[in-house]
Amino acid sequence: MGLQALFFYIFAFIAIASAFMVISARNPVHSVLFLILTFFNAAGLFLLTGAEFLAMILLVVYVGAVAVLFLFVVMMLDVDFAALRTKALEYAPVGALIGIILAAELIVVIGGSVISPELAQNTAMPIPAVSERTNTAALGDVLYTHYVFYFQLAGLVLLVAMIGAIVLTLKHRVDIKRQNIAAQVARTPATGVEVVKVKPGQGI
Amino acid sequence: MDAFLSTYVWPGLIMVGQSLLLLVALLIFIAYVLLADRKIWAAVQMRRGPNVVGPWGLFQSFADLLKFVFKEPVIPAGANKGVFLLAPLVAVTLALATWAVVPLADGWVIANINVGILYIFAISSLEVYGIIMGGWASNSKYPFLGALRSAAQMVSYEVSIGFVIVTVLLTVGSLNLTDIVMAQSDGLGTRLGLPNTFLDWNWLALFPMFIVFFISALAETNRPPFDLPEAESELVAGFMVEYGSTPYMMFMLGEYAAICLMCALTTILFLGGWLPPVDVWFLNWIPGIFWFVLKASMVFFMFGMVKAFVPRYRYDQLMRLGWKVFLPISLFMVVVVAFVLKLTGWA
Repeated sequence: MGLQALFFYIFAFIAIASAFMVISARNPVHSVLFLILTFFNAAGLFLLTGAEFLAMILLVVYVGAVAVLFLFVVMMLDVDFAALRTKALEYAPVGALIGIILAAELIVVIGGSVISPELAQNTAMPIPAVSERTNTAALGDVLYTHYVFYFQLAGLVLLVAMIGAIVLTLKHRVDIKRQNIAAQVARTPATGVEVVKVKPGQGI
Repeated sequence: MDAFLSTYVWPGLIMVGQSLLLLVALLIFIAYVLLADRKIWAAVQMRRGPNVVGPWGLFQSFADLLKFVFKEPVIPAGANKGVFLLAPLVAVTLALATWAVVPLADGWVIANINVGILYIFAISSLEVYGIIMGGWASNSKYPFLGALRSAAQMVSYEVSIGFVIVTVLLTVGSLNLTDIVMAQSDGLGTRLGLPNTFLDWNWLALFPMFIVFFISALAETNRPPFDLPEAESELVAGFMVEYGSTPYMMFMLGEYAAICLMCALTTILFLGGWLPPVDVWFLNWIPGIFWFVLKASMVFFMFGMVKAFVPRYRYDQLMRLGWKVFLPISLFMVVVVAFVLKLTGWA
């Protein structure tokens, strides 16, 4: 137990410190790198609670894909973050409001489970014990067996959003040359080469 | 105190010892993989390759190591110093960290975790950061272009690798790498009434996926013909332009550790890991590590041959291959494999 507590404090401390650095680093690329460190430590915290699948998916999805895109955009865009920072105080009340709402919700959820632990048994899908079912399988049960309709509905919403984004950005230009791989592969000596008999002194 | 020693100290020391042993073995193996790569390339081009240091050039990699270590690391004036030095460290640490879960033989694994394959997938999807950080911190045009190319390339091919892994997981029903190997002792061959042979392994049952995985592994590790992040004819040396001496060597080491990992992963997912090719007593008697290294080396031989005789892809063709060819094929195969397993009840 002592080792677990030690690791909890290490992960939690680094996560909070690097989350603080995300908003205080001067260089936006450094901010994103600190964000990645935060995600990494959050994955470590997930591992400590036994949620190994969530930890790995956090790394694959957020660190491996989403944060790469963040980094991509931050490196490419030439945003003057110093100018943005001067206005930061104007937005402070809104930020504080959002923070208070999130904190209140967390307190309600966590406080509820502390005050009456039996609440967890009343959820629609009781959580099986770690010894009976690995949490990959348990998540699979919830997503693909018990709530497959909602899962597919969520997928459909994402599909519509994706199609919308493509439709908004796709411009089909007609005046550029395109490569047609099938046509290239289908070329034969008969269609690709023309044999011309040239008489001497005449040219083509 | 005794309880503390037996719960924390001794297991911890044993784990450190095992990790060091694996690390040393892996680094020596990588040294010879590097040499093999150069020798294969030379043989295809009818050259001799490195043949001066030691008999048949066997100590060439160690000579290179000394050369890199004793050179002076030069940091460009405009570079972002911290990130510049962090990038090669990230690259090599992540590439070596994945080896913690790779089972080299039955029970020969440092961390036999439930989600082993996801761990490898997660850590290898982070390897892009070494490249992108190095490219950005160099504060120079060619490295930056190389880093951007590499980021897009590795993210694209991870998608198809993910789906290929899903097809394997469907047939196995577990995310544990040891389970994945053991499940291949009873596969397509035995279902068709044949004895227990190499026909049971996944490469046959999931044949198109084996090819897709091999090509995606080439792209994921930035090997030729997909070495666009460091295409020397366009970008000098891509993200590594500004690097020299030990930091450069660390990038190189990370790259080859990732390549060896992909060879090992191909062996585990498709070639039956440490299982002998035919289930007879004298082959079973040979230790599993021998079969594992033999199979991984064969996969690496294919990596080397591809490097020697396939010309480099154009960038738009690379993206087309990833998104328009491999993604639909692998997605379709996930559905097909799921249907076959459901209808035949083999899962």
